[in-house]
Amino acid sequence: MSLEAKQLTFGYRRKGKEPVLEGIDLTLEPGERLGLAGPSGRGKTTLCKLLAGYERPDSGLVLVDGRPLKAYRGICPVQMIWQHPETAVDPLMKLGDTLKEGGPVEEGLLEALHIQPAWLERYPTELSGGELQRFCIARALRPGVRYLLCDEVSAMLDLITQAQIWTFLLDQAERRNLGLLIVSHNSPLMERLCTRVQTLA
Amino acid sequence: MQPILEVKDLSISFTQYGRGTKQVLLPVIQDLSLTIAPGQVVAVVGSSGSGKSLLAHGILGILPYNSHMAGEITFLGQPLTPQRAAAVRGKEIVLVPQGVTYLDPLMKVGPQIRKGRRDQAAKAASRAVLERYGLGTDTEERYPFELSGGMARRVLIATAAAATPKLVIADEPTPGLDARSAKRVLSHFRELADGGAGVLLITHDLELALTISHRVAVFYAGETVEEANAADFTAGKLRHPYTRALWNALPQNGFVPIPGAQPGPGQVGEGCPFAPRCPKGRPECLGPVPYRALDGGLVRCLYPEGGERP
Repeated sequence: MSLEAKQLTFGYRRKGKEPVLEGIDLTLEPGERLGLAGPSGRGKTTLCKLLAGYERPDSGLVLVDGRPLKAYRGICPVQMIWQHPETAVDPLMKLGDTLKEGGPVEEGLLEALHIQPAWLERYPTELSGGELQRFCIARALRPGVRYLLCDEVSAMLDLITQAQIWTFLLDQAERRNLGLLIVSHNSPLMERLCTRVQTLA
Repeated sequence: MQPILEVKDLSISFTQYGRGTKQVLLPVIQDLSLTIAPGQVVAVVGSSGSGKSLLAHGILGILPYNSHMAGEITFLGQPLTPQRAAAVRGKEIVLVPQGVTYLDPLMKVGPQIRKGRRDQAAKAASRAVLERYGLGTDTEERYPFELSGGMARRVLIATAAAATPKLVIADEPTPGLDARSAKRVLSHFRELADGGAGVLLITHDLELALTISHRVAVFYAGETVEEANAADFTAGKLRHPYTRALWNALPQNGFVPIPGAQPGPGQVGEGCPFAPRCPKGRPECLGPVPYRALDGGLVRCLYPEGGERP
């Protein structure tokens, strides 16, 4: 029972370029909070994209509870929350519709995330980054989801909202026994949140 | 010394359509005042949605057509009219934008920094500026989608610094950067300031802002609730309860969230916008609250911390 990456190697298609990731191993257990650290440009986001199935590795395997990720149908059990929420929502859709795309939202989730009902009628350009990020979190928290990849999810939020969102995410993770992969550059934040930290050198 | 930028009683509002053809005026920034002297880094710290980015766009004169701006903006002693803003932006006043989406997705990084110029001098300058921010020459040949979040941010900063500006407006320049790069990027802003430029640093990252700023203005729901010297924070000399809550929410200072959310535009009355969430809030806080000087700073609170009752 875990999310496993085995010897992942991946490179964006450019001639004569080194792969971004080479031979990466990673294991994330349910209920665990694994931190992923490393300087910018080392492939932290790329690793998240591989783990969530947005990209296929050149070689290596991504396994969810022993089965390859691509064998899962329906909503992917590994969901990613992106660093830049403004690029993760459809700019031409009202946010209420964006949420509906992922299916019905659980009762109480919007309140817990402090999403105001009026925001559902707005377009992404009419909300701030922090407000959009709450929608992305609500969209990712589906019943079948077992692992959440949080790629710098609070880097654009103010301190109080950051504390609110993490209190919310930790509470949800505990309630649903989710495994969290936490990417951040903020070391005091990592120290507070993570049970273990892996560094991409 | 003549200040580089003086903002006096700035208010920004938007016209929106309510029901049918009825127009409503939505105030987003109210009575904001701010002064930046040469060589000074002034940070505006506030939560997302408090109107920080609009302040930058207001100064640059790039607000959308349905907005209204009132108040005075003076740049180098002369009023900053829309015509003057159009003439100086990108040259004397530069913006380091918040989103990486501000890069042209169809243009390689090198030409974007050179703004279309193709001569050898421009090429040398763009190479030098990229190197200064720790980016290799191969970055020039890349498209924005081939950059990591942190690299894209450094490209945005390089684009601004290539113009040798008098005023740098940095709108959230550090998210997505690792601690070392973030400190380095901020130290570059400080260098620009030490070279005589004024820097307006708009950020939510209080901790990083304190490392390079001289003054910090705290922004909440479109209003400045406090203006303090950077040293006041570590000395515990904070005046407004919101500033205190912000400080206590730092992961290393307790990570304490306070309940509730910041009121949206149009939901703020004439009183203190923080009153509904304030642990010390009282009925009279919903009445007029003056912005007044206290102990070397400014505060908009009837019962500031460390202050006498008025």
